[in-house]
Amino acid sequence: MAASTTINKAGTPIADRIENIRADFPILSRKVNGKPLIYFDNGATAQKPQSVIDAVDKCYTSQNANIHRGVHTLSQEITVEYEKARVTVQKHLNARYSHEIIFTKGTTESINLVATSFGKKFISKGDEIIISVMEHHSNILPWQVICEEKGAILKVIPISDSGELLMDEYKKLLSDKTKIVAVTHISNTLGTINPVKEIIELAHAKNIPVLIDGAQAVPHTSVDVQDLDADFYVYSGHKLFGPTGVGVLYGKEKWLNEMPPYQVGGGTIKTVTFEKTVYADLPLKFEAGTPHIAGGVGLAVAIDYVNEIGLDNIAAYEHELLVYATEALQKIEGLKIIGTATKKASVISFVVEGLHPFDIGTILDQLGIAVRTGHHCTQPLMQRYEIKGTVRASFAFYNTKQEVDEFIIGLQRAIKMLK
Amino acid sequence: MSIQEIENEIVEEFEMFEDWMQKYEYIIELGKSLPLIDAKYKTEDKLIKGCQSQVWLHSELNEGNVLFTADSDAIITKGMVALMIRVLSNHTPDEILNAKLEFVDKIGLTQHLSPTRSNGLVSMIKQMKMDALAYKVKAPNP
Repeated sequence: MAASTTINKAGTPIADRIENIRADFPILSRKVNGKPLIYFDNGATAQKPQSVIDAVDKCYTSQNANIHRGVHTLSQEITVEYEKARVTVQKHLNARYSHEIIFTKGTTESINLVATSFGKKFISKGDEIIISVMEHHSNILPWQVICEEKGAILKVIPISDSGELLMDEYKKLLSDKTKIVAVTHISNTLGTINPVKEIIELAHAKNIPVLIDGAQAVPHTSVDVQDLDADFYVYSGHKLFGPTGVGVLYGKEKWLNEMPPYQVGGGTIKTVTFEKTVYADLPLKFEAGTPHIAGGVGLAVAIDYVNEIGLDNIAAYEHELLVYATEALQKIEGLKIIGTATKKASVISFVVEGLHPFDIGTILDQLGIAVRTGHHCTQPLMQRYEIKGTVRASFAFYNTKQEVDEFIIGLQRAIKMLK
Repeated sequence: MSIQEIENEIVEEFEMFEDWMQKYEYIIELGKSLPLIDAKYKTEDKLIKGCQSQVWLHSELNEGNVLFTADSDAIITKGMVALMIRVLSNHTPDEILNAKLEFVDKIGLTQHLSPTRSNGLVSMIKQMKMDALAYKVKAPNP
């Protein structure tokens, strides 16, 4: 692994080594529209440290071969690397077995896989699936499709005005008809950290499995799937400072064994005749075709990087940024923060009275500040708040209070121009 | 004035701006001063949906020229819409169909026409040309 030389001091608070950390991310030194880049769109995708870039580069420059099938040295070497990456992911999530880790394209594919394969086997007419109103479209649409196909019914957990799940309503929705619950760990739009452990406990009391969408959670907090007792936990590599096009599906062995393959083809089989195919064991049963090898290897390096910084350090530092930015934003006249849950990750969505998020985002972009504007792929949530969209600033551990200051100045300038 | 002449005029106007702020302030002003679309045309079938902002476009034929009116929920998009209307409205279908709209690039606002921008503007230009084509096909030969 091409480890970074600057971050081998996991105990040190991030603020004390922020310049070294920032230096690990080459893109942070570039300019946008003539201004130093301020990247506050980490909820969409996170930037990559040099060690990840180097690892991906190395895969193609000196290790490239196909995995799981060659007798030659290169193939064996890269297979070892790829399988080591799986173990890194397993340890990161504290999964019981490495074969409970399925590499996918990302969160979206992971959820599609579960909805399709689990749905095919376990969902029938009249059954119910529970999601929440704050889900990303990726955790709505796959369930909608399987509901339509099977004649099942989608039930939706409502939220309070502050953006917290109404747990009493959730309890009421859980029934004998419920076949699976799928909720997000952290809301990409509101930043709300959901009580996933409690959600899982309540479902398990009725023998209902739970899928947790961890796309926004893994960059900010440590996740222990055994402690949570999650049946499925999914995330994308690129939001965790890894490459795009690679993601993770953790599934309990018992479920993955019972579910039929999602896609079939090369790599998923033991024997094939025209009469009958015997599928491979986990995890290969769910990994049809040549995977994103460099992506998997790069993701493992990203996890190593995050571990070296320390997820507790990250959570503490980002919380400080969140509080600092929230206080500054609240002082701006006509600005309303959407999502004010007690437990929040470093994601702030807001609207400014009389202004369109698109306009604010366009002016901020001119100032080199990257934020997300729009509905954030959570249109039902926008409907819940009766708004068209928000401006969203989402922070990573390489962001700073100075950047927040710049952002606030830029935002005030945008508001003045647009009003 | 021909479409090309209007385009040239806009390019000259924009040359006077010293920085992006002046440019955007001007576009915002344009957005604010765009004559309102008749409320009866602000309907679902006149709506061009972008991922980020929305545009309503209405056209009608008046003595062989196509007249456009439009609106947007975002002010910068509205300003860009105002520029497009200034260039294309009140011209013959043929002129509109042949318009190259190179001024957008020349005034440094190409990013507003990139497909990733999703502000409905690209779709609006397409719709303006489609409307022009429809009038051309329908119109009797002069």
